[in-house]
Amino acid sequence: MSVTKKFVYINRKAPYGTVYALESLEVVLIGAAFEQEVQLVFVDDGVYQLTKGQSTQGIGMKNFSKTYAALGDYDVNQIYVDEQSLKDRGLTMDDLQELTYEDEDDDWAEKSSMQLVNREQLAALIGDADVLLNF
Amino acid sequence: MSTLHTVNKSPFERNSLDTCLSLAGSGSSVLLIEDGVAGALKNTAASQSISDAMSKGVKFAVLGEDLSARGLPAERVIDGISVVDYSGFVQLAADHDNVQSWL
Repeated sequence: MSVTKKFVYINRKAPYGTVYALESLEVVLIGAAFEQEVQLVFVDDGVYQLTKGQSTQGIGMKNFSKTYAALGDYDVNQIYVDEQSLKDRGLTMDDLQELTYEDEDDDWAEKSSMQLVNREQLAALIGDADVLLNF
Repeated sequence: MSTLHTVNKSPFERNSLDTCLSLAGSGSSVLLIEDGVAGALKNTAASQSISDAMSKGVKFAVLGEDLSARGLPAERVIDGISVVDYSGFVQLAADHDNVQSWL
């Protein structure tokens, strides 16, 4: 008898400059196989991980930004973006890729996985987590 | 003597840019690279300190390849910061007497 736990992944680093963003994504995808409840939080420089139009040819690194679009297929569809972090960086949700999932309880309708949250909501999310993983 | 300062850390995560700007004087240049390119965009929590340094005579450049990798559009870079490529980076290094890397 397995118990479902709520896993919250907190992403606070920009991609490419350090390996945290890629490592987090890999852990999330591996973890998705264990059918736990998963929530991803993007806060501070973590919001840069989700920007649209990343093109890494010039820096000779693998562009893993397209992999985020696969999260919905792994039932990872609770993605929270911190509003204040976007604002501090001159960004809005329009600068981020739109991540979606197909809702099996609603005739597989395509729905957004992304939610803009304030600090109060973020604090509640962290408070409700069974397991916190930080990258 | 002129100095090229390179900053490769995000101004929102580390104080490298702040320290750099407090020490970079007129005639020196600051090149933002890697995660440091986050500081080059308009309307951020770091834009004012860059504008202040600019008005003191510090020149600014940002590496275009690092902007592209992070999906940050070159057209949203603060006016007065020039977008350079890797050859531009080399040229800047050659044009200054010394390079100070704020790691």
